[in-house]
Amino acid sequence: MAETGAVDFQSNVVRALADRQLRGNLKKAMGSLSLKRKAVFSDPEEFEHLRRVGNAIRRRSLSKLPVLLEQLEKNCTANGIQVHWAETTADANQIFLDIIKGHDASRVIKGKSMVSEEMHLNHFLEDHSIEALETDLGEYIIQLDHETPSHIIVPAIHKNKDQIAHLFHEKIPNTPYTEVVEELNAIARKTLRQKFFAGEIGVSGVNFAVAETGTLCLVENEGNGRMCTTVPPVHIAVMGLEKVVEHLSDVPPLLRLLTGSATGQVITTYFNMITSPRKAGEKDGPKEVHLVILDNGRSKILADPQLRETLQCIRCGACLNHCPVYTRLGGHAYGYVYPGPIGSILTPQMEGLHKAGAMASASSLCGACEEVCPVKIPFTSLLRILRDESYAEGDSPHDVDGHGYKRHFTESLAWKGWAVMNTNPTLNHLSTKMLGMVGAFLPKAGPLKHWTQVRTTPKFAKQSLHALAKARGLDDE
Amino acid sequence: MSNAIRERVLNKLREAVGRGDFDVPTPPPLPVQEWSREEKINRLQSMLETMHAEVRRTTHADWITTLKEILRERALQTLVYGPDTALAGVLQGAWENDLPALIPYQQDIESFKETLFNADAGITTTRGALAEIGALVLWPTIQEPRLLSLVPALHIALLEADGIYNTFAEMMGSERWQDGMPTNALLISGPSKTADIELTLTFGVHGPKELLVLILDN
Amino acid sequence: MPNRPDKVYFFGTCLIDMCYPQAGLAGIELLEREGIKVIFPQAQSCCGQPAHNSGFPAEAKAVARQQLKSFKQDYPIVVPSGSCAGMLKHHYPAMFAGEPEADEVRRFSSRVLELSEFLVRVLDVKLRDRGQPIKVTWHSSCHATREMGVIGDSKALLKQLDNVELVELQSERECCGFGGTFSIKQPAISAAMVSDKITDIQQTGATRVLSGDCGCLLNIGGALEYQKIPITTQHIAEFILERING
Repeated sequence: MAETGAVDFQSNVVRALADRQLRGNLKKAMGSLSLKRKAVFSDPEEFEHLRRVGNAIRRRSLSKLPVLLEQLEKNCTANGIQVHWAETTADANQIFLDIIKGHDASRVIKGKSMVSEEMHLNHFLEDHSIEALETDLGEYIIQLDHETPSHIIVPAIHKNKDQIAHLFHEKIPNTPYTEVVEELNAIARKTLRQKFFAGEIGVSGVNFAVAETGTLCLVENEGNGRMCTTVPPVHIAVMGLEKVVEHLSDVPPLLRLLTGSATGQVITTYFNMITSPRKAGEKDGPKEVHLVILDNGRSKILADPQLRETLQCIRCGACLNHCPVYTRLGGHAYGYVYPGPIGSILTPQMEGLHKAGAMASASSLCGACEEVCPVKIPFTSLLRILRDESYAEGDSPHDVDGHGYKRHFTESLAWKGWAVMNTNPTLNHLSTKMLGMVGAFLPKAGPLKHWTQVRTTPKFAKQSLHALAKARGLDDE
Repeated sequence: MSNAIRERVLNKLREAVGRGDFDVPTPPPLPVQEWSREEKINRLQSMLETMHAEVRRTTHADWITTLKEILRERALQTLVYGPDTALAGVLQGAWENDLPALIPYQQDIESFKETLFNADAGITTTRGALAEIGALVLWPTIQEPRLLSLVPALHIALLEADGIYNTFAEMMGSERWQDGMPTNALLISGPSKTADIELTLTFGVHGPKELLVLILDN
Repeated sequence: MPNRPDKVYFFGTCLIDMCYPQAGLAGIELLEREGIKVIFPQAQSCCGQPAHNSGFPAEAKAVARQQLKSFKQDYPIVVPSGSCAGMLKHHYPAMFAGEPEADEVRRFSSRVLELSEFLVRVLDVKLRDRGQPIKVTWHSSCHATREMGVIGDSKALLKQLDNVELVELQSERECCGFGGTFSIKQPAISAAMVSDKITDIQQTGATRVLSGDCGCLLNIGGALEYQKIPITTQHIAEFILERING
């Protein structure tokens, strides 16, 4: 997908919108997730209070990021966790490979991790003849179908149970066809239990890394994350470097915001806090724990005083669930690992506007994402900055890769003309008058061509409000 | 090479924060939740039950009888427990032949895996619980390893009613967790579950299919 | 309740100027009926939002300055659009932060009120319905809902009208897909959004869709007409005036 070259966003959009089954699946699922969230945060004042706390914690963490990461490293190391730094996804993949090869291992079991998706870790390991098996049910489903997640929290949400029933029947040996969700879950449980049993390396992401204690926190419902981080002799955790928080006391409010926003849960089934590998005398848990800290463009995002707010994200997915664009397209159309509003601000900064800039245009700036964001990321402002950057000349205060990629003589000229019309009252009156006379006869070309695909041509008035106000004798000042 | 990467990343971050142009608001204080002892027990019980846990309120004297009754209702073959604990003493002293076989978790997982993955139930103590969000808090130990509460299909957890805190923040604050975290700390709010297929909630995916909580309250 | 002013500025918005002047005029009339003198600066044009949202901040700012120049006096600025009001009230201060005119802009922005908001919160208008029974539904622009927070004011006005049955949309807070240049830059997504909005509207059984924003009306109305669905669209000011005049 993303790594094979430019993403043709417009074609993806057309294909996604034409898929009625996908739209049906998404509409039902996103509606349900939104309602669940609303039930958990039923008091708007309480929610606003809590998210102000979340916002402050994340901002504080980012403002001290290098110090906190060093503190995290120091405390993890003291606890026996081996810390590795990766500047690029290639660095991170190599670290994984070295650790896995160092143990002569070939069976990797994975808990859900979006950073590992960002690294395309599974493909990388498969290329080195290492089996990397996803064990989160949703991730397992899409891996069986050679797909990537379409949502950061519910990765197989684009599929319905009939599709999953066929998939299990075809791909898992000796599996009878069933559309009963409980039976499908039981099939996955049985199959994956053997994998947990035999796994040599467990991989997980990190929801919060606590600098003060060197603790890695994981949020989950299924128990596969605990399996991956407890049964195999080696655990490798991977995190984007923004995931660190300063204090243990920062965790409870963020946890509450995360589970409530993501799935409308007061708490998930498990909250798993890992502070060290197996100690002497302990009977289980990995003997080795590694933490891979990945940059992949985040340090550059941090340098921008406005765009850095992107890094406040705690990956709850609420912005996806509430986005009128995401809920119609699903995640795959975006063409990159992170879809929806968060993807639309994060991906162009990571991959460059020249590759992923179209994502920033895929928003009506309705602000539904901002309204639900548990850490108050100003999505619409950041989208505007990325749009500005798409056309920016050299004097931009921002420095997003690929900036100016959209600069186009005709469009720039059109906006310059628009500005002239709207700053010169005489020209403004004249142009409005002209529109009133010829508007109905405008050729359906350019913007009007797109508009009239599903709508009638706007009806321009014979007399403008300016003219009517004047005729009415209203004072001018 | 890895050290060079570390320095490069850290230097970029230092440069990014070095300009001092961060706007860090002071967060408003979190509202303090306080419930009475009885309210905490009730709230915890109701939240755990909503998440499909089975909760029984019993006493220090009676819990073993309650446990035996519950186990007799189910056809279980094995119950794994952590040896060398007070709980183990009670179990061993009171066990009878018609109950599932008691298996102590006393070897390293590498040699115990087969037994554990085939066990029907595991029993653990808990460190406490959180009334606000409805979760048990476990700090697995040498005696009661981590997988005891995860691998067997039924997890039985004993909770002292006095160990129920109002909130997570209150518990970690008053116990000063920041001064020393265990290898693993866990919150558990029910049996394992998933909603990954059409958001249909089903219980018992990879972890326990059932969670039984015995609240010991005199 | 804020003080009742004698005079207000009316910011007509470019879309009303070009396509819906009657809605603007109705807004002016509703104010005048309450004894307010309405001033309409002829030098006003567009709030600048189209460029502001499309990656042309310099052009947006130039046009914004034209409005700052045109509404100099210390009168409230009443805007018959939640979206344009949001731009003037919330975006201008951010656009000019750190610039010499920042203070002037803040003062300008603090004077901005959306029309429904002004009618309800400042004038506390009382409406008497003289029209025939009608079933309508209400569509709020995203900025009226989220930036201006005036959805309650608009609906409060409609609820004063005895013969008007207001049936709310199921997804009242969801965008109709207009989004200014979004509808042209992402026409397929925009089309899918407006088509779902129309389904929602049809399910209410209303014969008319009302809104405080002409962008949404242009989008929804254009799509309804294209699909030949006999549901009309109207700006709230025009509708109210029609009802109270009978």
